[in-house]
Amino acid sequence: MTATMELGRARATGAAIRARAGRSRYLLGAVCVAICTVMLLPLVMSVLASLKPTAEAAASPPTYLPHALSMDSYERLWTYQQGLPTYLANSLGTALLTIAFTLVLTVPAAYALARFPIPGKEVIFVFLLLALIVPYQALLTPMFLMFARIGLTNTLVGLAILHTAIQLPFSLYIMRNSLSAVPRELEEAAVTDGASSWQVLLRVCIPSTKPAIVTVALFAFIMSWNEFLGALVLMSRGSSFTLPLILAAARTETSLGGTDWGMLQAGITISIIPCVLVYLLLQRHYVAGLMSGAVK
Amino acid sequence: MYRSRRSQLIGIAYLAPALVFVLAFTAYPLVQMVWMSFHNWSLITPAKYVGLDNYKRAFADDQFWVSFAFTLKYTAIITPVLIVGGYLLALLTSESSRLRRITRTTVFIPVVIGLGVSSLLWYWLFSADFGLVNKALADLGLISKPVLWLGVDAGRSNLAITASVVWKVIGFGMILFVGAIQAIPREITEASLVDGASYRQRVTRVILPLTLRTVLLVTLVSVIGSLLAFDQFYIMTAGQPQNETATSVFYVYLNSFPYLKLGYGAALSMILALTILVFTVVQLLLTRRSHA
Repeated sequence: MTATMELGRARATGAAIRARAGRSRYLLGAVCVAICTVMLLPLVMSVLASLKPTAEAAASPPTYLPHALSMDSYERLWTYQQGLPTYLANSLGTALLTIAFTLVLTVPAAYALARFPIPGKEVIFVFLLLALIVPYQALLTPMFLMFARIGLTNTLVGLAILHTAIQLPFSLYIMRNSLSAVPRELEEAAVTDGASSWQVLLRVCIPSTKPAIVTVALFAFIMSWNEFLGALVLMSRGSSFTLPLILAAARTETSLGGTDWGMLQAGITISIIPCVLVYLLLQRHYVAGLMSGAVK
Repeated sequence: MYRSRRSQLIGIAYLAPALVFVLAFTAYPLVQMVWMSFHNWSLITPAKYVGLDNYKRAFADDQFWVSFAFTLKYTAIITPVLIVGGYLLALLTSESSRLRRITRTTVFIPVVIGLGVSSLLWYWLFSADFGLVNKALADLGLISKPVLWLGVDAGRSNLAITASVVWKVIGFGMILFVGAIQAIPREITEASLVDGASYRQRVTRVILPLTLRTVLLVTLVSVIGSLLAFDQFYIMTAGQPQNETATSVFYVYLNSFPYLKLGYGAALSMILALTILVFTVVQLLLTRRSHA
């Protein structure tokens, strides 16, 4: 009798727990959907606003959804000041140079640190990480003065050098960890076959550290494409502006008596697309890089 | 002996480009900044040694303190939101159902876009007459006339900017917390389930204590980032009203570039760099312990 009652109660509790788990699963599902909406809404609204016809994009109060779709804003952006192609080329050129400089500097250095008997190796490593403890924001004035002296202000190479300096510690750290994990047997086999250290680096080490190289390139690209303050300081000539700079200038600039909001949204959309694309394509590399770079 | 001497030289050759680069583009500017901070210099006139005058001037400069206090206030407001919010999001999305994974990916998207660009986006959303925030609030009947979010009242500007930055970076902490939560050994989770622990007990007694180090590290990274805030204020308020929303980096920028007070700007940079250094050292010490 008691046993049956207990069993019944246990069953009832089990059912209640299951029901509650079911309910909370739906509730948490709804929370997830709400969070995704909040995170995506600003981006979606910006893209939609960039597609409004000229008059609607300048309307106050604004409309939520475009009443008609048009590429007007993109056309105005295309010819704004020096023209969008110039700014895109500047941003892309700087980002690609930053990737190139970062890899050319950190891959061999990480190889040396991981494999060669260099006296004072740890001290050198810490010195190379110097930029970690000095925020680059504090170094911009001396950098600017030096670049002005050697003619690197208003050049993509100059800006890429600054971006490389910012990105170097993270990249070196990732590359060194990755190269240290390459099995030495692979290299020894290559050396027995008469390969020089340079050939070992090219044929054994680089192919087996591809994921790390992708991570380093990805972070360099995103940082350089997005970086604002350094570009603001180093690039004073309109023709050398990067995308964020020209958009920031356009936010207050008056074309027809006020900010051209539609064009601004077109520029924002174009700036965001490459970052989101490379992130979605290379998500695993991005998250892996963040885990090992930011916390360890 | 010969071989090892030779391989030493080869190693140094591989290392040399990076060494030269860091010497030229990090160490040298650092030394120059220290030197500049002891000089009075405006590009037009030759530099003059003034000892500690620039530092004394900074500590007597009202705007320096206004900027510093405003930066601290901004940091004090945004950090708990980012950490607590990021942790809650991590608890929600660390389980591996499809919807949770999609949520995690979505929350992280704004992290990869630029802070400058996201600030421009929110500059539009918070615009008094053309922004969707006021439009939505008006349509909901919550306001009768447009709210001037940016550049008129320091507190309200701070609120709007904080909201935009939370949207932009909350995924950063989340993703690192997810990593830490997922790294908790399965046996520990199972043992707590066998013991009949409720979800709340599992969070407070198991998950939180085991991820505390990550929480501390993310807090430090986040604090350092906030103390160095610039883009969002430059773009969304331009320091208005009356430089009340100019952060420390903003004030360094103003002095060094538009005003060309290079020595004074360098002294302000030094003070800023030393403040950040305190946090960085704590961060590195914590990191070190995790390797041991």
